[in-house]
Amino acid sequence: MVVFSTHPDSAIFSPAPPLGFGGAFAENFRQLQADTNFVRTLANSTVISVLYTLLSMLLTSMAGFAFAKYAFRGRNLLFGIILATLTIPSFVTIIPQFILVARDLHLSNTYWAVILPTLANTIGIFYMRQAFQTVPDDLLHAARIDGAGEWRTFWQIALPVVRPALAALAILLFLASWNDYLWPLIVLNQKDSYTMPVALGTLVGLTRVSWGALMVGTTIATLPFLALFLALQRHFVAGIAGGAVKD
Amino acid sequence: MTTTLPTPPRARRRFQAAPYLFVLPYLLIFASFWAWPIVSSFLLSFKDSRLGATAPWSVANWTRLAGDEFFRTALKNTFVILIIQVPTMLLMATGLAVALNSRMLRARGLFRFAFFAPLVVGTVAYSAVFRLLFNTDFGMVNRALGGLGLPPVDWLNQPGPAMTVIILALLWRWTGYNAIILLAGLQGIREELYEAASIDGATPWEQFWKITVPMLRPTLLFCLVLSLIGTLQLFTEPALITNSGPGNATMTLGTYLYQQGFRSFNFGYASTIAYTVAAIAAVVSLVQLRLFGRDA
Repeated sequence: MVVFSTHPDSAIFSPAPPLGFGGAFAENFRQLQADTNFVRTLANSTVISVLYTLLSMLLTSMAGFAFAKYAFRGRNLLFGIILATLTIPSFVTIIPQFILVARDLHLSNTYWAVILPTLANTIGIFYMRQAFQTVPDDLLHAARIDGAGEWRTFWQIALPVVRPALAALAILLFLASWNDYLWPLIVLNQKDSYTMPVALGTLVGLTRVSWGALMVGTTIATLPFLALFLALQRHFVAGIAGGAVKD
Repeated sequence: MTTTLPTPPRARRRFQAAPYLFVLPYLLIFASFWAWPIVSSFLLSFKDSRLGATAPWSVANWTRLAGDEFFRTALKNTFVILIIQVPTMLLMATGLAVALNSRMLRARGLFRFAFFAPLVVGTVAYSAVFRLLFNTDFGMVNRALGGLGLPPVDWLNQPGPAMTVIILALLWRWTGYNAIILLAGLQGIREELYEAASIDGATPWEQFWKITVPMLRPTLLFCLVLSLIGTLQLFTEPALITNSGPGNATMTLGTYLYQQGFRSFNFGYASTIAYTVAAIAAVVSLVQLRLFGRDA
């Protein structure tokens, strides 16, 4: 993929496909930019994914903290309901979500249309609850005795303790948002509001595809994350394995 | 002289607002974008949405579904993928996980990376690469077949081969992920069990069936249920690699729902399809729980 991104189409489809790097990267990129306004879609994707990740982390860790560290009326019932929806295929909600976002809230083609519906991430809350359960109660009591309010106890004491879990969650959320295809495809219908997967998807669907341009797009979309992933993979793998399977 | 000690904090009995405030933002989003849509979708399935909000209640969508040939095709295709891909993937993933778990293997980090890389590559990107690889005239797969003296296959324009490509794509993407989860499960099995078994003279093969498989059952079940729900909702690969084609040969429940909901804008009927998918998922999950026990 990376190699192909540097060659013209004629070389990609030649009887002996190139194995080394070629010199057509710039030309392919120009083609890609012309076809999809790629720079714009890259910016869209970045803003959406960053906002989504930060907001979703905040929501799920706040709720996860409450579920892990407070005994309150309705806790088990609420948590049960939230967990039960995990087994319901997301297909069931996609039509009403679309009606709500596009027709009732008039958010089509905005960042919020993409961000809002999946913000209350179920796996996230489950995962953060597990993480906060490992925080000793004594630590929180000590903070309260020292006069910290509930919010400060959460923000300055509990949250820093679960930082590794937050890091793993951040990567998962960011990746999910960065690579999401179906939902952005549904709520975005103007070229300039497309996220990167949607823009690349329009290229794949065409009968005459500029493969070189497509490969440039997929390379740019993927390589930074492969690098990030390589750097953080220890946390990442442990995080997924720990969150997914619980004895 | 008496020293005054600070009174120890007593467990508070009065109403506490804090936990509710912590949960509230999450709940607002959850209720409006998840809980309500689940109900709303069910209601929609009893409306002919093409007539607008004033449409009378009816079971027309459900009777239509019962006689819908395209729905049957989508259902059949989805199950073909489900029945071939999911067991194959779990077998491969278990094999990989067992191999990775053995202490002989070095460079574990590298393998983990290799397992996860397919997930980091976006679905659109990898779908594009699969289209390129399986291109009839230029694709590397046909070139490799040619190198082995085999005739080229018109992968994306024939029903059987197109389905094969979809299944291969799914295997490539998800096997490693499941292997990682299974690996975590394997590492939870206590070493003493194997030691005791080898003292009793159990062969590695017996150990695998009598210890590994039973102990791994909850994890396998978890992978099975997740894969099942995922496959029932399969959309991106058939949409981007084969465009549901040729004809409707790789149309899945997911692409059919998309077509009804967002191409024909028939929300009511699309909701009916969505609820059917949910019902199938629920039934198959229950059957699995029965078959594999309740210990997950």
